[in-house]
Amino acid sequence: MFTYTVRRILSLIPVLFGMTLVVFAIIHAIPGNPAQVILGQRATAEAIATLTRELGLDRPWYIQYFDYIGQLFQGDLGTSLRTRGPINVEIWPYLAATFELTLVAMIIAVIVGVNAGIISAWFSKSWFDYVAMVLALVGVSMPIFWLGLMEQWAFSIELGWLPTTGRENVRDPISAITNLYLIDTLLQGRFDQFWVVVQHLILPSLALATIPMAIIARMTRATMLEVMRSDYVRTARAKGLRMFWVVYKHSLKNAIIPVLTVIGLQTGLLLGGAILTETIFGWPGIGRYLYDAIAYRDYPVIQSGILLIAAIFVLINLIVDLLYVFVDPRIKYNK
Amino acid sequence: MINKKALGGKKTLMSKKSIKLLLIFLLALSMFLAGCGGKTTKETGGKKEPATSGGSAKDTLVYGRGGDSTSLDPITTTEGEAFKVTENIFETLLEYGEQDTTLHPGLAKEWKVSDDGLTYTFKLQEGVKFHDGTDFNADAVVFNFDRWMNGNEDKFPYYTMFGGYKADEGHVIKEVKAVDPYTVEFVLKRPQAPFLKNLAMSPFGIASPTAVKKFGDDFRKNPVGTGPFKFVEWKQNDTITLEKNPDYWQKGLPKLNKVVFRVIPENTARLNALANGEIDVMDGLNNSDEATVKGNDKLQVIERPSMNVGYLGLTTTRKPFDNKLVRQAINHAVNKKDIIKAFYGGKALAAKNPMPPSIEGYNDSIKDYDYDLEKAKALLKEAGYEKGFEIDLWAMPVARPYMPEAQKVAEVIQADLAKINVKAKIQSVDWATYLQKATKGEFDMFMLGWTGDNGDPDNFLYTLLDKDSIGSNNYSQYSNDELHDVLIAAQTETEQAKRNELYKKAQEIIHDDAPWVPLVHSTPLLAAAKDVADYLPHPTGSEALTKVYFK
Repeated sequence: MFTYTVRRILSLIPVLFGMTLVVFAIIHAIPGNPAQVILGQRATAEAIATLTRELGLDRPWYIQYFDYIGQLFQGDLGTSLRTRGPINVEIWPYLAATFELTLVAMIIAVIVGVNAGIISAWFSKSWFDYVAMVLALVGVSMPIFWLGLMEQWAFSIELGWLPTTGRENVRDPISAITNLYLIDTLLQGRFDQFWVVVQHLILPSLALATIPMAIIARMTRATMLEVMRSDYVRTARAKGLRMFWVVYKHSLKNAIIPVLTVIGLQTGLLLGGAILTETIFGWPGIGRYLYDAIAYRDYPVIQSGILLIAAIFVLINLIVDLLYVFVDPRIKYNK
Repeated sequence: MINKKALGGKKTLMSKKSIKLLLIFLLALSMFLAGCGGKTTKETGGKKEPATSGGSAKDTLVYGRGGDSTSLDPITTTEGEAFKVTENIFETLLEYGEQDTTLHPGLAKEWKVSDDGLTYTFKLQEGVKFHDGTDFNADAVVFNFDRWMNGNEDKFPYYTMFGGYKADEGHVIKEVKAVDPYTVEFVLKRPQAPFLKNLAMSPFGIASPTAVKKFGDDFRKNPVGTGPFKFVEWKQNDTITLEKNPDYWQKGLPKLNKVVFRVIPENTARLNALANGEIDVMDGLNNSDEATVKGNDKLQVIERPSMNVGYLGLTTTRKPFDNKLVRQAINHAVNKKDIIKAFYGGKALAAKNPMPPSIEGYNDSIKDYDYDLEKAKALLKEAGYEKGFEIDLWAMPVARPYMPEAQKVAEVIQADLAKINVKAKIQSVDWATYLQKATKGEFDMFMLGWTGDNGDPDNFLYTLLDKDSIGSNNYSQYSNDELHDVLIAAQTETEQAKRNELYKKAQEIIHDDAPWVPLVHSTPLLAAAKDVADYLPHPTGSEALTKVYFK
């Protein structure tokens, strides 16, 4: 188990290395000069030329690349061209904001999705099954943009229950410690603010949860249906075990592995930032950070941001693989 | 199938159970939501009881906008989003009028210009302190100008308004010296007509020398000025918080206790946040949403005076627009009235000159090319393009106050041009590339615009259409020596009446040569809660919220 983990982590290195190369190649292939964007509409040609030189963008690409890799090895993610600040420091609040939103969204998606899938399989071809699966289809195909604005209209404007946008009540700001506001407010004993944070999380996380929720529900239903057809389930029923335990304990355990994989993949995807959700709900997350960086040709931020997201994605998948062992003792990672 | 058979006998029982389960689940969900609901109304209460937050009276203004600032040191940037904030932290030697670009005392209480237009003497306000407690005086002014003129276009881009940097030939400032603690003298190498207007621009806010030295490159994140509000906190891409400067030199001001600038990128979401009381003022209201705001008795629409131009550029170095007759023909073929009605909610002026009428020197005697397809066809025939031609029409990928919906406007223009047999193919590309291509003159026909910096005609005519500006902002690559002579003469003429005459002449030349189809001077809209009072938007796009209060 331990050696397996170590081996998997080591195998990350070539993957990430490849990522740097791909990202680097792509952003240098797209047109548009950062110097032009930095200096704006009012720039003179000489100024652009000077800045291009100062930024080192006139050097051959491989020199720029090796410079960048050299920096990375020293743990330096570079300096943002837009804000002129160190990316190591600046990226953290964005990651934290995205992490918090993803966590809540995935909790909702897993609880609702897995249960809906189980119940649909349990009572397959019942009205619940049909309604749930139609909803799941709607969930997968619903444009987030529209859904988000509708949520705001219904729960904020009409009902007045929840705030439309943002992470906090800006009239009573939260002092950031970890930038995970759920934790920060608790650390400071501000339970009132904790509630405000929860309220701010509901609408965006619901919007963000729809797609994973739908995918998880469909996946759970499919695997559960298969498992529930197997002989041991029939035996369990024959022995007089209550249906509830047959489903939730004996069947689920065997059906959950592919669902876990999907959950892992979806979590990884959401952690990469959900630009639409973040835009509509004014959420200062990593998706918008990268989107702005691309619009601004902020090369260092694009490179380091994507690299970081890729690393997180791979790590989450590793965690999922390790989780299999706990769910299914038959799986062993030896050697 | 097996499954079904096994369950067969107990099917009814199971359904009952499932319904129970479902009910419990729904109950739990609704309790959860209701629980949140109950809390919200108490906590934020924006809708029901707006005065609850922050103690007794409402004194925190939340300003919602589309994008974050990238720097809070105003000299380091050209971005409007930065100035919206820094205008509240920093002050300039001279200030613009509340809603125009006339000149008024700022940190300088009076000023004198020598007869030759080369020496400017400023008497400074006494007893003004920076937010860090240090004194504002003549040395501070000298320090700031020294800092700026020793920079370059990357570090301090707007300083080019003074013709370049210390070592440059074009730099107009010979020296800045402190005559006594409260008198500063500027000596110029040659007269610069818009000199005073430049001094009032947001980027030239006077910063605390002590803080600049202390923070170095990080001053952009720790701004210290003399303005009505002090910087408190910046949560990137989220909020910038300012609080009242209790020692502000203008007694009784500012009226607000706190100002929070909040980023909500999506226009509709921002309007939702306003309607829900989460923000008090929103920037960038869509013209199409104006009716919604007017229909809501808790909200109001605020108009920003116009100082911009949106135009259709015709690249004069490319065929067939190298022919003046063709350019004039296009001018006759575009129906500006319809565009304004459809996309600006009627809230824009059809443009006939490259600069807006709010600016001194505007030539109102020019008669616009009327919308006349027959004239357009005749001109095309005369130019030898009787059968028309095909071109690319480039539409901006971003929304700007002067061009909120570029793609749709492009479609209207496309339809207009089709009537005179000009087939335009609409093209677009991301904004960075768009500007780069426009600078190089790679577009046939393109949409762009400009918002004035200092309210001077030079900032429109010379900046956008002089041959010196080819390679920067003269995207139509228009070059006319006669125009150049007039514009250069106007730059050094210090007598305003004579200057205005020169600019009127310049507009005639441009009108005849038609390097653009000037489209609109738009009126950018803001929306605010009804109880926001004395919010006076400035034509430059950034204003200090010194006098704003809640009714």
